[in-house]
Amino acid sequence: MDVRAQISMVFHLDKCIGCHTCSIACKNIWTDRKGAEYMWWNNVETKPGTGYPTKWENQEVYKGGWEKRNGTIALKGAGKKKGLLNIFHNPNLPVIDDYYEPFTYKYLDLIESPAADDQPTARPVSLITGKPIDIKMGPNWDDDLSGTPDYARQDPNLENLSPAEQEAMFQLERMAFFYLPRICNHCLNPACVASCPSGAIYKRGEDGVVLINQQVCRAWRMCVTACPYKKSYYNWHTGKSEKCILCYPRIEAGYAPACMHSCVGRIRYLGVVLYDADLIEGAASSDTDNLVDNQLNMLLDPFDPRVIQAAKENGVADSTIKAAQYSPVYKFVKQWGLALPLHPEFRTLPMLFYVPPLLPVMASLSEQNTRQGEKMDPIAKFWPDNWLYDTSTEELWGTIDQARFPLKYMANLFAAGDEAKVKAVLKKLMAVRIHRRGVTVGDIPPEKVEQAMREAGLDADTAEEIYKLTSLAKFDERFVIPPAHREQAIEMLEFTGDTKGSVGFGFKEKPQRGL
Amino acid sequence: MDAFFNTLNNFFLIGLPYIALVVFLIGSIRRYTDTKFKFSSLSSQFLEGRQLFWGSVPFHMGMLFLVFGHLTAFLIPRGVLLWNGHPARLILLEVTAFIFGIAVLIGLVNLIYRRITSPRIAVVTSKMDYAILSLLLLQVITGLWVAYSFRWGSSWFASVLTPYLWSIFSLQPDITAVAAMPWVVKLHIVGAYSIVLLIPFSRLVHFLVVPLDYIWRPYQQVIWYWPRKEVRKAWTPWSIKRPLNN
Repeated sequence: MDVRAQISMVFHLDKCIGCHTCSIACKNIWTDRKGAEYMWWNNVETKPGTGYPTKWENQEVYKGGWEKRNGTIALKGAGKKKGLLNIFHNPNLPVIDDYYEPFTYKYLDLIESPAADDQPTARPVSLITGKPIDIKMGPNWDDDLSGTPDYARQDPNLENLSPAEQEAMFQLERMAFFYLPRICNHCLNPACVASCPSGAIYKRGEDGVVLINQQVCRAWRMCVTACPYKKSYYNWHTGKSEKCILCYPRIEAGYAPACMHSCVGRIRYLGVVLYDADLIEGAASSDTDNLVDNQLNMLLDPFDPRVIQAAKENGVADSTIKAAQYSPVYKFVKQWGLALPLHPEFRTLPMLFYVPPLLPVMASLSEQNTRQGEKMDPIAKFWPDNWLYDTSTEELWGTIDQARFPLKYMANLFAAGDEAKVKAVLKKLMAVRIHRRGVTVGDIPPEKVEQAMREAGLDADTAEEIYKLTSLAKFDERFVIPPAHREQAIEMLEFTGDTKGSVGFGFKEKPQRGL
Repeated sequence: MDAFFNTLNNFFLIGLPYIALVVFLIGSIRRYTDTKFKFSSLSSQFLEGRQLFWGSVPFHMGMLFLVFGHLTAFLIPRGVLLWNGHPARLILLEVTAFIFGIAVLIGLVNLIYRRITSPRIAVVTSKMDYAILSLLLLQVITGLWVAYSFRWGSSWFASVLTPYLWSIFSLQPDITAVAAMPWVVKLHIVGAYSIVLLIPFSRLVHFLVVPLDYIWRPYQQVIWYWPRKEVRKAWTPWSIKRPLNN
């Protein structure tokens, strides 16, 4: 048992309102530099949708991640052979148009243009060439555009859905969508690290943050191809790749990462998990059906004395072990089984977990199910086309079973296609709601609540805990950040303000482009 | 007049190579140690990918072959002469090298065309890029010219230029044979020195960090700031020689 600590995250998608505050917080701190304008280390996508970069999930095009080959795994579009052979021209590299051409507006024209008959306009100009452009795309171009033929229907996750299911999904009255905020997953089997020919990318042993050493990066640009989540970005100006650093200077100072700190919906949780590094290879190369289970099996119980002993032998600090015991991530992922990894089939063992959203699943049409419609709240019936959320709970799992949002779609995102996994999570989320409704409104008979809890595999105490951490949790409960142990001198000993506008920490060289 | 040409020969065939070598060595090392951030191939594929293929790939492939060809003739001239002993093998070598030379030329022309025409690429093009591209273009044109008009280059390189180059490296420069060479050949030699001279000041430095160690390094890299097996031991804080932080 090789116990290591990893700073891991949970995003609760039911709480995400798609406000992009996280993206802006990140942008303002890290990517407001020349060459980095197009990068959104944190971005929020509308699902179903094509995302950023366009259709990033389609690995037939982008060739990211690992694939299983003869019992073991190999990088799909990079690796020792492919990487070095394609070093002069990487056929699988996305270009800037796959993201979008960064732009600004000539705001000064509004003030400085001479008096004329027309109102002055602020024309958009490219942040690359400085010339006027027609804006064709942006980082959230398909925001809220579910159902549109150009965006939502091009979602790669729809591939395994039957045409009928797809049609049903996009009927005007039934249309639903949810938001998917994404940052670097700080994977346990990172494809970017494995693909880097110059060895510039590494995982920090102490906390598992994946970083790119800006002094070693030589612009061989294989990481951009290899990362299936397209979270490694090439800075076209400095000729170096950059990625989310999980705000490690903030984490080391005890602050939550900027995206998480600023989150309006408080959807984000961050904490330490202990995992067994001996199991990485096996978990990454397991069959598609077992991928999620094997990944979750790697996470160890931080209360187990043997785990604690092994962790101590590996130099994990007491404070880190304690943080792991209080970790909200461990609770969501392991204790309650509520969170799943995004696209586990890419085999990078992502350490960012998502609680799949119940809302788009739950909202069901009553006109197709009049029996259920009659049981709805009277207030719902005020609406002429009474299709509000079915909160009657007479049918315990009716809304999940007859979801207007096919479970298959969710399963393609969070469980490598295994609907049962997503369904189990959604049932638990539903059971917590039923439980809370029993407590606060009291219009559900206790037997019904008990039945719901039994079928979902929860008890009242757990449901109460889930409810509290989901809805009431304060800052310190959502972010359990282990102390950085500056006495042991992890790299960051500088004030973040000193290095604002530069490329990173640890060196004072100006981030100047080479000749 | 003779004295003038002697001075020219002495400068370009003795002075320049030493200047170039010293500047190349010190410049590259200093650039690597002091301004590591500038050490990059500065790929522009991200801004434009399609045209680059027809420039970068033939250019690099041809360049690899030609540089290794020149290096072989410099290091094992006898081997090259032995190989060229048979006319068929000589012609095979010359034709192959010429084809790779053409590949470099095509690649270069495509690269230059791409730099000039694409507005996005113009943004990431420095004056040094143009200097390097024109020097390389001059170099490949003179190279092809020499190969075409003064046959058979692979043989006389091994018997004339190799001794000259060795004389430079052994600090006993002897240019009697080279000085008598046609001016195109001399231009090619001077071009080569100029390129070497400019390496530390241009993106050409990236050839110094070809990532060959990738072949034998493990795929995953984990860096520990402290030796993790030591850090928690009770005596570590008290030991005189503490475990190093990398």
